[in-house]
Amino acid sequence: MGDVTAEVIAIIGKKLPPDKRNLQMADRLDEIGVDSLMAVEMIFDLEEKFDIEIPFNANDAKLEFETVGEIVEAIKKITGKA
Amino acid sequence: MPHRVVVTGWGVLSSIGHTAETYWSNLSRGVCGIAPAATIPTDQLTQKVVAEVKDYDPLKFFEEREASPMDRVAQFGVIAAREAIAHSGLTFDDGLSEQTATIIGCGVGGQSTQDENYKRLYRDNAKRLHPLTIPRLMVNAPASQISMSCGLRGPAFVVASACASATHAIGLAFQMVRGGQVPVAVTGGAEACIAFGTMKGWEALRVLAPDTCRPFSRDRKGLVIGEGAAVMVIESLDHAKNRSANILGEIAGFGMSADAGDLLSPDAGGMCRAIDGALKDGGLGASDIQYVNAHGTGTAANDETETEALKRAFGAHAKKLAISSNKSMIGHALGAAGALELVATLMSIREGLVPPTVNYLGPDPACDLDCVPNEARAMRVDAALSNSFAFGGLNAVLAVRRFA
Repeated sequence: MGDVTAEVIAIIGKKLPPDKRNLQMADRLDEIGVDSLMAVEMIFDLEEKFDIEIPFNANDAKLEFETVGEIVEAIKKITGKA
Repeated sequence: MPHRVVVTGWGVLSSIGHTAETYWSNLSRGVCGIAPAATIPTDQLTQKVVAEVKDYDPLKFFEEREASPMDRVAQFGVIAAREAIAHSGLTFDDGLSEQTATIIGCGVGGQSTQDENYKRLYRDNAKRLHPLTIPRLMVNAPASQISMSCGLRGPAFVVASACASATHAIGLAFQMVRGGQVPVAVTGGAEACIAFGTMKGWEALRVLAPDTCRPFSRDRKGLVIGEGAAVMVIESLDHAKNRSANILGEIAGFGMSADAGDLLSPDAGGMCRAIDGALKDGGLGASDIQYVNAHGTGTAANDETETEALKRAFGAHAKKLAISSNKSMIGHALGAAGALELVATLMSIREGLVPPTVNYLGPDPACDLDCVPNEARAMRVDAALSNSFAFGGLNAVLAVRRFA
């Protein structure tokens, strides 16, 4: 597992109960219980960790990222890291 | 025997007018006060639009020595209170001063003072802060400054419940007058929270609209922060009649609830309980209401949830209600919002005109009630509600009616 993958999983996982932190790439954010408040905190943590800007407005009906894997891929693309 | 409670004066300082009269004139014409911020730098803001009080010069209203101890928020409160008291024709002599309450809503206090002083300290390495930093920023300053400036010596305090502060404040003042604790209260709300640090905080919450405020509309993108103040003079009916006061309207009922659920997401059940509470408290049935001045922030979640709450509270009558959001024009003035909006609601009854929800692009199926899109509507309103629903799940609703 690459650094980015591990970091993203750690950031998402710390918002979840301990028994739900064993995340897989295919896990859907809505199904693992990420609500809008958790989402904005998670986005803040990702921005701080990777020194990036993630445009996100809580009023947009659909989340741009639906799974853990999609977040990992997006961060890798923005940062150019594996 | 509870007293009937009537409104006999109002004053407004807003993004669309520095007096109650200009405020109403612009509200009724659908004038939008939202524009790029002019009082703070915007180069580091991703969301740059706000509803500021335009062309505000404290020295038009105060002597230098009067203005100095006050942050913008307390100045706004005092200006609106002076206008309201002048409008009411009251003078506080013969012991009335001691019997007049001052109950003002304010969400966050002197944000510009805090921001400027922390910037001096952390960025400019200043050795000392201005000696009036604390009295300027304290959240109770609007009530304190109004009581001092207007000579009101009865019960005085600020109510802080974020976006519902003013509605809670007016509700408490209403209960005090109704219960006979005081014959007169000066009540409303003041807010001036457009400071750089505060705006960065709002930006981080990801709920601000990048364009403008479009309550109940499709493609709405969030709320727009506003500022201002509105203050009313309220009296027991006996007191008002004894001095032959000009009665502008009646406050009939007040309902409150807490969601005890999500920190930020609204809850239709909590909203509905506050609406039901206001109707019941005012002895009003659902079909007595013609107009609801909505909380209507323009966020996806509020407007959809408020629509659901109105349907639950009003049943089939919900489809007959006119529902509009002043925030489409004046933004969300947080702790002042409920007062600005209650004055607008009372003016709607008086003038037979409901202000529109402007910036409306078209229907959202989740907000399928009549939100008076884009154009004001001439209609008779005998009774109306004003809704306020705060972050933290604190709900407050006032019911008002035509005085007869």
